[in-house]
Amino acid sequence: MKIVSLKINSKDIKAEEGTTILEAAKLVGIEIPTLCHYEGLEPYGACRVCSVEIEKKGRSSIVAACCYPVEEGLRVITRSLRIDKLRKTIIELAAVMAGEDATGKIRSLASEYDADLSRFRSRVPMEPIKCILCGLCVRRCIEANWDSAIGFAGRGVNRRVVLFPEKAGICSTCNYCYVVCPTGRISSAYGPDPPFPFIDDVLAGRK
Amino acid sequence: MEDIKHISSPEDLEKLRQEITAKREPSKPIISVCVSTGCIALGASRAMEAFKAELKKEGLEDKVEIKETGCLGFCEQGPRVIIYPEEICYFKVKPEDVPEIVSKTILGKQVVERLLYMDPTTGKRAKKIEEVPFYKYQLRLLLENNARIDPKNIEDYIVLGGYRALAKSLFEMTPEQVVEEVMKANLRGRGGGGFPAGLKWETTRNAPGEPKYIIINCDEGDPGCFQDRSLMEGNPHSILEGFIIGAYAIGVHEGYVYVREEYPIAVENISTAIRHAEEYGLLGENIMGSGFSFRIKVHRGAGAFVSGESSALMTAIEGKVGEPRPKYVHTAVKGIWDKPSCLNNVKTWANIPLIILKGAKWFRSIGTEGSSGTNIFSLVGKVNNTGLVEVPMGITLRDLIYKIGGGIRGGKRFKAVQTGGPSGGFIPKEYLSLPVDFDELTKVGSMMGSGGMVVMDEDTCMVDVAKFFIDFLLEESCGKCIPCREGLMVLSNVLNDICEGRGKDEDIQTIEDIAETMKEASLCALGRTAANPVFTSLNYFRDEWEQHIREKRCPAKVCKALINYYIDPKKCQACLLCLRECPVEAVHGGKDQVHWIDQKKCDKCGTCYEICNFDAVKKLSGEPIPPPPPEGTKPIRKRGK
Repeated sequence: MKIVSLKINSKDIKAEEGTTILEAAKLVGIEIPTLCHYEGLEPYGACRVCSVEIEKKGRSSIVAACCYPVEEGLRVITRSLRIDKLRKTIIELAAVMAGEDATGKIRSLASEYDADLSRFRSRVPMEPIKCILCGLCVRRCIEANWDSAIGFAGRGVNRRVVLFPEKAGICSTCNYCYVVCPTGRISSAYGPDPPFPFIDDVLAGRK
Repeated sequence: MEDIKHISSPEDLEKLRQEITAKREPSKPIISVCVSTGCIALGASRAMEAFKAELKKEGLEDKVEIKETGCLGFCEQGPRVIIYPEEICYFKVKPEDVPEIVSKTILGKQVVERLLYMDPTTGKRAKKIEEVPFYKYQLRLLLENNARIDPKNIEDYIVLGGYRALAKSLFEMTPEQVVEEVMKANLRGRGGGGFPAGLKWETTRNAPGEPKYIIINCDEGDPGCFQDRSLMEGNPHSILEGFIIGAYAIGVHEGYVYVREEYPIAVENISTAIRHAEEYGLLGENIMGSGFSFRIKVHRGAGAFVSGESSALMTAIEGKVGEPRPKYVHTAVKGIWDKPSCLNNVKTWANIPLIILKGAKWFRSIGTEGSSGTNIFSLVGKVNNTGLVEVPMGITLRDLIYKIGGGIRGGKRFKAVQTGGPSGGFIPKEYLSLPVDFDELTKVGSMMGSGGMVVMDEDTCMVDVAKFFIDFLLEESCGKCIPCREGLMVLSNVLNDICEGRGKDEDIQTIEDIAETMKEASLCALGRTAANPVFTSLNYFRDEWEQHIREKRCPAKVCKALINYYIDPKKCQACLLCLRECPVEAVHGGKDQVHWIDQKKCDKCGTCYEICNFDAVKKLSGEPIPPPPPEGTKPIRKRGK
C-alpha cells in the first residue's frame, strides 16, 4: 500500500493511500466531530459536521473529512473561525428536526460549538421528530442483518426512516439501531428495550 | 428504407451517401412540419393530417414529400412549417390553412403572406427563417439541421454528411488524437459545470478498471429548459455520432443514454436512432468494419431534478434511488459500479462530430477565449420572443434580450435575468453588457447551468422570486445532507415570513449564514448552488429586502400580504364589472355610484385590477389607504362614455 504524507493542523502525518482525512486525523489524536459516521460503516457524507478546510495546489476549499481520501502534500485545517462557524450553523440546522431538547451527541456538540439549538427551530412551524436522518440506524441494520428492516422513504423534507412491513422479520432485535442514534431518538423513547415491533412509530419521520 | 445497406467501410458510407443523393430530386417540394413536443401541443399533428389529406385529394402524393421534423426553437409561434426548396417559413399553421398552402405555395409557387412571421415593431413580413429577427442573430450549429431531418430516417442524416466524422475518427485518427482534438477545441461541458470535456475523457481513458462506461445525460430537469429534448427529438443521430466517437476515443464498449421518462418523443427517437445505426453497421459489433465495438442502452429516468447531477444519475443507473454521493474521487474514475464512467450532456456530445470534421481551430474561432463554440439558451420570461436560441459564447445579455428576444414585453423596463436554471443567480441591468460565457456568469454570482434564461421586468419582486426558486429547490432536494435539506426548509420559512410582513431585522443575517453554509458544506452541486438566487437577490437588490422587512412594503407590488387594492374614485366609471366579478363580494357601490373596496373582506385576488377597463383599480403598498367615498358619490364621467 502506498504511503502519502500530509499535514493536519500543524502535524506532519504519513497515512496509507485510501485512508480518509477523518481516519488519518484520529491516528494522531485529532478529533473531528461527526454525526453520521460510524467506524466500520461506509462513509455517508450526509451530516457535514466533519467539514474541514483543505489546501491543495494553493487553493483552499471545504470538504467532508469522513469521505475525502488523503493525498500527497495535502494540508488540512480541522478548526478555524470559518470551520467553527460552519459547524455551529450545521448543528443549528440539524436541530430543526432534532429539536432544541435533543440529547446525545448533538447536545454535546452544540455546547462545544456554541450553537443555539432554538435559533432556526423557532422559524419552522413543523414539529421536531428527534431524527436528523443520518441513516446510521439503517446502515447499521444492514451491517448486522445483511439486509435492512428499516430504510428511507420520501424525498427532501418528506424523507423519513420507516419500517418495511414485508421485511419486518429481518429485525433480530439486536438493538444496534438505538446504540448508534446520535440524537437520542431511539434510546430516549424505549431505553434498552428492543425497538421492534414499535420501530415504525419510533423512527417515523416527518408526516 | 427498403433494403438496408450494411456499411462495412468508409467507402461504403460514401457510396450510400451518393446513392441517396442521386435518388432525391432537389426540385421536389418538401413540406417540413415540426412534430416536436411544443408544436404537437399547439396542434401540429392535425396540420400534418390535413397536409396528407390535401395532397391525396390533389393527387400530389408522389410529387410532394411531407417530412416530420424537429424543433427550431421558436415554439410560441408553432406549429412551424417550412416549404423546400424555396425555404418559405410559415408559423401558426392551422389545418384550415393547409389547402391554401398547397394550392398557392406548392402549386402556384406563391407566398401566403398572412402565415409569414411579422415583425411586431416594423410590421415587415419574413419569408425565410433567416429573415426573422429571432433567428437573424443566432449561430445555429447544433439546431440547424432540425428542420431538414426526419429524426426517424437515418438516411436524412447520412445525406447531410452524417457519420463522416465517425469514419474519420475510426480510420484516420488514433483514439489519442481524437481526445487531443477535443482537448484543443476547449469544449467545456454543456451540462452547466463547464468542465473541459477532453480532460474528462482523458481521465476516464487513463483510469484503472474495466469495464468503463460512458453516459449521455438527458435528464434536463430545469423548468422551462428544453434544449436537450429538442436535440434528442430533432437530430438524435448527431448525438449518437458524437457518443460513438467518444466511446472510441476513451476506449469504452458500453454506453448509457439517460433520458427522462417525461420525454416520450425523445425516448422514442433515440431508441429508433440506435436501432437504425445498428442495422446500418454504424453501431454494435465491428463498427464500419473498423474492429471497434460499442453497445448502447437507454435508461429512462424516473423524474427527479437531482438525478441530473452526475453521481446521482449513476446511482440511478445502478438501480438505486437517485441520490448524490461524495465525489472526491471523480466519477470519471469511480462512477457506475465504481468503474470509470464518463458522463457528458447531450449538447456536449452533439458538438463532437463538428469538432472532428471542422477541427479544433475552427471551433475555437467561435465564442470566447475561455468558452469556445455556441450554446443553446432557453430564453423565457418577460421578453417578446421566447424560445430556444443558439448563439456563440460571449454574446452580451443585451443582444440576447433585445435583439433576439425583441425586448421586454409590453414596453416595460428590464429588471433582472436569471441564468442557469432554478439555482442560478439574478443578474441586474448594470451587467447587461456582460458577455455570456462560463467564467463571466460565475463572476457575477450566477452560472451557465443548463442554459436557462428567465427575463424579469419591473413588475417582478426580487424577494418573491427568490422565494419561488427556493421553494422549487426545497421540493427537489433529495434530503440526504443537512445543509441543503434543512437550509432550504428554514430559508423557505424565513422568506415566507418576509413576504407576509413578518420579517425581522436579523433575518438578513440568518439568510446569509444559512446560504453561506449551504454553499460551502452541501454534499452536491444542487445544495451548493441552491442559495444563488438568494445571494444575488440580496447583493443586487438589498434595498428591496429592507423595504419588505423594515417598511413592510413591496415596491413591485407583488407580495399579497403587503399590498392593498384601492379604487380611485376619480377614475371609476361605476360600470359594475368589478363589483360583479369580485369572488368575495368586497366591492361596494352600485349603479351610478362610485365603487370602493372593503379592505376587511378583500382577499387580494387581483380580479378587479385585471378586469377594470378604466385603470381605476390601484395597488398600494406601504402607504395609507384613502377612506371610501361618501355613499352615493357619482362617477366623474369621461367624455364620450
